[in-house]
Amino acid sequence: MSHDITAEHDEHHGPHHTGLARWVFSTNHKEIGTLYLVFSLIMFLIGGAMALVIRAELFAPGLQLVNPEFFNQMTTMHALVMIFGAVMPAFVGLANWMVPLMIGAPDMALPRMNNWSFWIMPFAFTLLLATLFMPTGAPASGWTLYPPLSLQGGNSLAFVIFAIHLMGISSIMGAINIIATILNMRAPGMTLLRMPLFVWTWLITAFLLIAVMPVLAGAVTMLLTDRFFGTSFFSAAGGGDPVLYQHIFWFFGHPEVYIMILPAFGIVSEIIPTFSRKRLFGYTSMVYATASIAFLSFIVWAHHMFTVGMPLGAMLFFMYATMVIAVPTGVKIFNWVSTMWRGSMTFETPMLFALGFVVLFTIGGFSGLMLAIVPADFQYHDSYFVVAHFHYVLVTGAIFAIMAGVYYWLPKWTGHMYNETLGKVHFWWSTIWINVLFFPQHYLGLAGMPRRIPDYAVQFAEFNMISSIGGFMFGIGQLLFVYIIWKCARGGEKATAQVWEGARGLEWTVPSPAPLHTFDTPPVVDDSVAVHKDNLA
Amino acid sequence: MKRTNELIVALAVMAVIVVVTWGLFAVGDNMSEGVTPFSKDVYQLHNQILGIVTIIGVLVFTAMFTSIIVHRKSRGHEPAKFSHSTKAEILWTAIPVLILVVMAIPSTRVLIDMESTGGAEMNIKITGYQWLWKYDYIEDGVSFYSALDRDSNRVRQIGSGEAPESVDNYLLNVDNRLVVPVNTKIRFLLTSDDVIHSWWVPALGWKRDAIPGMINEAWTLIEEEGTYRGQCAELCGKDHGFMPIVVEAVSREAYDAWVAEQRQAIAATAQESSRLWTRAELMDHGAGVYEAQCAACHQADGSGLQPAFPALAMNGEPTGQLEDHLRVVLDGREGTAMTGFRGRLEPQDIAAALTYARNAWSDEEGEIIQPSMVAELDQG
Repeated sequence: MSHDITAEHDEHHGPHHTGLARWVFSTNHKEIGTLYLVFSLIMFLIGGAMALVIRAELFAPGLQLVNPEFFNQMTTMHALVMIFGAVMPAFVGLANWMVPLMIGAPDMALPRMNNWSFWIMPFAFTLLLATLFMPTGAPASGWTLYPPLSLQGGNSLAFVIFAIHLMGISSIMGAINIIATILNMRAPGMTLLRMPLFVWTWLITAFLLIAVMPVLAGAVTMLLTDRFFGTSFFSAAGGGDPVLYQHIFWFFGHPEVYIMILPAFGIVSEIIPTFSRKRLFGYTSMVYATASIAFLSFIVWAHHMFTVGMPLGAMLFFMYATMVIAVPTGVKIFNWVSTMWRGSMTFETPMLFALGFVVLFTIGGFSGLMLAIVPADFQYHDSYFVVAHFHYVLVTGAIFAIMAGVYYWLPKWTGHMYNETLGKVHFWWSTIWINVLFFPQHYLGLAGMPRRIPDYAVQFAEFNMISSIGGFMFGIGQLLFVYIIWKCARGGEKATAQVWEGARGLEWTVPSPAPLHTFDTPPVVDDSVAVHKDNLA
Repeated sequence: MKRTNELIVALAVMAVIVVVTWGLFAVGDNMSEGVTPFSKDVYQLHNQILGIVTIIGVLVFTAMFTSIIVHRKSRGHEPAKFSHSTKAEILWTAIPVLILVVMAIPSTRVLIDMESTGGAEMNIKITGYQWLWKYDYIEDGVSFYSALDRDSNRVRQIGSGEAPESVDNYLLNVDNRLVVPVNTKIRFLLTSDDVIHSWWVPALGWKRDAIPGMINEAWTLIEEEGTYRGQCAELCGKDHGFMPIVVEAVSREAYDAWVAEQRQAIAATAQESSRLWTRAELMDHGAGVYEAQCAACHQADGSGLQPAFPALAMNGEPTGQLEDHLRVVLDGREGTAMTGFRGRLEPQDIAAALTYARNAWSDEEGEIIQPSMVAELDQG
């Protein structure tokens, strides 16, 4: 193939920068992918530190460490940093690295825009995090920024809104790039239905991003003019409607939830077949299920706001539509289990995280189905039950899948095997403590503890203490993750091109580490290469 | 041979999963059954759906872990070649649809019942404020504020040095309880004066948002006498965690007696606003009003919380002119958390709180404000 000529290839790509300039000016999908992933890891640690402030304050009843105002800033910033800084950029980083490799493309379709997509992010987060040091403090109205509360804050709101605009621009450019790459740059023979599922889920996710990020931008711009320019979009006193904001926000917010889980489905759908040494069960139905979930995500937004007082008909519609999501999601779970069934499984770290994902995401899915039931939601809503639910789908869902993906492709990126023993320790440590952290929160919610409170009645003390212990232990464990990645980047056992015995797909046909430029000459793809077709025979 | 193997393992795995699940249910709290027909319906619905998803979970995880145990490379298991089964896929699409229909029927029934607010025997208007509640009994003409009780409020301060366990119902107690009769269909009208709040008493089986500029409806019918506690459930600013709700459900007779008592108190209050108050009376009453209404932001010593909540006193001296001070108290300050107290507090409450705030931290005797002056300045 084309890899023999990569050494003298660089002159086609303008001046060769070194040091910092190499990263600042890079238009290479692999380097930009790495930037995204490193950025996301840093944000994961910052957002995690904020979560630990929250859990430290909630360790025991009474206020010990922070005042309520700062506590609210922490819950708000924790969510914004984790969603927009950790989870989304991690998926974009994985897409940057893997999508061109998986479809046999030499790079992303729009490399210069790719550079810009990433380099907007550090500026956006500098603005966002800088609000912590402003006189009026960071935003404290929750990441949803509901008016009128969000309008009571100081001028830092303007910085947050500008940061959100920047993140939105970055996400939309990234999404355009991914769509353009997938639709135009596939190697000959890589038909749509031969694409790996990770590519499929990202294609669909990219359309969701383009559809909803402008909606968020509109919503926060209206907040901006309400706060600073005297409009009354959301002020009842001026003829506006505070609930309107919630409708617009969640029209963005619900697809956003799937933006953070569909690529995770893709990663898990790559890993489980590899370590089961068996084809992915029901590839086509997996693609259709992903598309169905994406479609449904646009018509269920009001289930986040059943308590605002909607007409009966609206509540029934949103309840039924939400319940229907269980069907395509169930199909995915059943297909993953069927993929494992009568396979020949081994349990390296990526597989462990993928299996952890299947079990724990399913638990998050069950509580999600319970939350769809409107009368019961009147009890669950805004309680710790909801907190438990969305952390099961976001941490043991999205983040476990990202970790699985990192372990799975790390040898391809670095050319070295990571330390398998430490990887397994990291998995078991994380899995045990994450459940100690979040499972008791179901009980707290059912017992009546509201979310976003800095202090609580003494009957909630026991489970909060258990949860806090889980939080600290889980948090400490993530330093091990950083260490494993750092060690692997520095050296270790040489990885083969194939890396994993059961791995299939174009990304495993290039050497490890993947050279800077791959597939200058497009590979020819037929059923023997396509991931979902059986080529082990 | 292999089949039996899988079956035995599956049964063992299922046994383990059932025991673990049972343990998880046994150690934790479940939703409370509550004391209204609606809360009991919700409780039942919750248990049914929890039961259904638990059974599905046990089956799925049994299949998965059986496979993990039996179909592993280390046991020499050769991978099968199948990757598709239309029959299975139709089956596991259709069966969940049926299960969802089974779930949707009782959910719809309960929801329709919940939304039928007609035929109420009495109406109570609930207004959310940062950070207390106001209750207006529409028919009985009773009206009052309900805020976190003094003990909890003292102990919850950072560095108070007192243990939360030392307070009865820490953070779940109020100064004035919402007293209601049992076995009476009560309609609630919920709204807010500032930001969005949410009124939640788990024993009643629901929460409903209180939104400025809108009126939401909900109803209850409490079947058992008792005290039921809850909290604001929608983030409403810094003291969101400190605006509890206490409902006291009493017999019809006890409720009527309570209403009569409240009416007498109201008549007494009306007299209070027209008479002259002594400095001591104003300071004494003002201390209470200040603590309940002002201290959360401006702090017990008037030092405020910079920069969001300004200080009321510098070096013991009140900041600003009395007239400006009164106007801010009456009308609030737009774009900040300072809301107007016009109509929220009686003239004597405002006069006393102002007197307190302009004297309490000063060594010298400052101006006192009579309730009649509040009405005068308000017009002038």
